[in-house]
Amino acid sequence: MNSTVRGLIAKHGGLPVSVETLADDADLYEAGLSSFASVQLMLALEDAFDVEFPENLLNRKSFASIAAITAAVGSLVSDAQVA
Amino acid sequence: MNKISSIEAMSLAERVRRVAAVAAEFADQADQQGRFPREGMDAARAERLMGIHIPIESGGEGATMSEVAEVCSILGQACAATAMTYAMHQIQIASLTDHAAESAWHRTFLKRICDEQLLIASATSEAGIGGNLRNSICAIEVEGDIARLEKDATVISYGAHADAILVTSRRNANAPHSDQVATVFTKDQYTLERTSTWDTLGMRGTCSDGYLFRGEAPKNQILPKPFAEIAAQSMLAVSHLLWGALWFGIAADAVSRAQAFVRAAARKSPGQTPPGALRLAEASSLLQLVKSNVVAGLQQFETSAGDPDALSAMGFAVAMNNIKIGTSQTILTIINHCMLICGIYGYKNGTPYSLGRHLRDAHSAQLMISNDRILGNTSTMLLVQKQETSLLG
Ligand SMILES: Cc1cc2nc3c(=O)[nH]c(=O)nc-3n(C[C@H](O)[C@H](O)[C@H](O)COP(=O)(O)OP(=O)(O)OC[C@H]3O[C@@H](n4cnc5c(N)ncnc54)[C@H](O)[C@@H]3O)c2cc1C
Repeated sequence: MNSTVRGLIAKHGGLPVSVETLADDADLYEAGLSSFASVQLMLALEDAFDVEFPENLLNRKSFASIAAITAAVGSLVSDAQVA
Repeated sequence: MNKISSIEAMSLAERVRRVAAVAAEFADQADQQGRFPREGMDAARAERLMGIHIPIESGGEGATMSEVAEVCSILGQACAATAMTYAMHQIQIASLTDHAAESAWHRTFLKRICDEQLLIASATSEAGIGGNLRNSICAIEVEGDIARLEKDATVISYGAHADAILVTSRRNANAPHSDQVATVFTKDQYTLERTSTWDTLGMRGTCSDGYLFRGEAPKNQILPKPFAEIAAQSMLAVSHLLWGALWFGIAADAVSRAQAFVRAAARKSPGQTPPGALRLAEASSLLQLVKSNVVAGLQQFETSAGDPDALSAMGFAVAMNNIKIGTSQTILTIINHCMLICGIYGYKNGTPYSLGRHLRDAHSAQLMISNDRILGNTSTMLLVQKQETSLLG
């Protein structure tokens, strides 16, 4: 999942730096993630993992790092499998 | 004066009404001459209104955002330039109280604002960036303990009259445009070289000239939190709420004038409903929409206060943006209705029913952070945000 997330950030994050240079816990906003790009990234994640972000995950924190995104998507994927 | 009336005279509403009376007297003059509404702001200082939102332990009164909004609305009914100056100042205060209380320098500064009744300005707009609050070109440079900043600030309201300015910039020279910080510079720590003059249609008394800002200050005057969080959780919401409150004030005064006009006509010919009465009913209904919009927003803000998750949720940002769009558009319709009601007496300056200043001031609302820009941001969020369909939720 981590590598898919990284791939989508590379494609939709609009970051001025390469994703490979970022640690999992690096602050994506400090790396240049804009709110517009974060929404594009969200849409791409929803499409790739066939999930929908609920309102309580639609905030800055969920998209602050690669680890945070992976955790958010992970929680949605496992919810979907349980259901 | 007996004891009870002297207590009443100290209530916030009474203090604000005294300021409003002064501001109203000089409103036309400040507008015509495009000069700072000095009398109104001096009165606000004399009534010690500058620090009311600051917590009591820092020397303020701990007034709620709704109480501050009421002040803006009352001032807006008297003189929009005084109200906007006061509102812009309170927006900076909200950012400081909500996001810098853990920093010793900023705590001491908040105390100074109360003690000395300081006026704080804002420099977010920048040449090449326009009204995109969340982007900066200029970067703050930290060397040892000293922070230096140069900013081509296109609009700084009452810049020449402020005691300090809160300035946004990139975190450092290598940071991307969206990685920003905000820094307080006090008057003795900067120079302003004027680059443009504020000769505008309305809001003329805000004296929002453009300046080349050059500042140097100890680095601990940089707010400790990223500006992105301050903007999302405080500055954007508070701007839209306090602007909305004073815009309501402008429209409410226009409706009062139109109502006085219709009433005078009704007295002249009893038994006949004056022609403007129907339009007045329509304006009154629209004014209620604006009021409900702002009041509901204030309630949502107060409920979410202190909860960073609630304040940075997309649904909250959409709601605050909608308040800005709704109020800024609707006040123009309302004041236009009032103009139709009062006719030439509304169009002429210097009558009890004059509405020219109201209409001109109100036109700034949709440009003050362009409505198109805000609609663009909202439309992006709506791609993922889930609509709240419950009436009370
Ligand atoms: C009374 C008043 C007081 C002010 N005081 C201050 C102050 O104290 N400090 C301060 O920093 N600023 C202040 N401002 C400036 C304000 O915050 C905005 O920066 C400014 O009004 C925007 O200027 P602009 O229209 O030239 O720029 P832009 O925001 O760049 O907009 C230019 C035009 O381009 C269009 N546009 C641009 N980007 C987009 C987009 N993404 N989507 C859709 N359309 C877009 C819009 O239609 C707009 O008309 C003040 C403004 C007013 C009216």
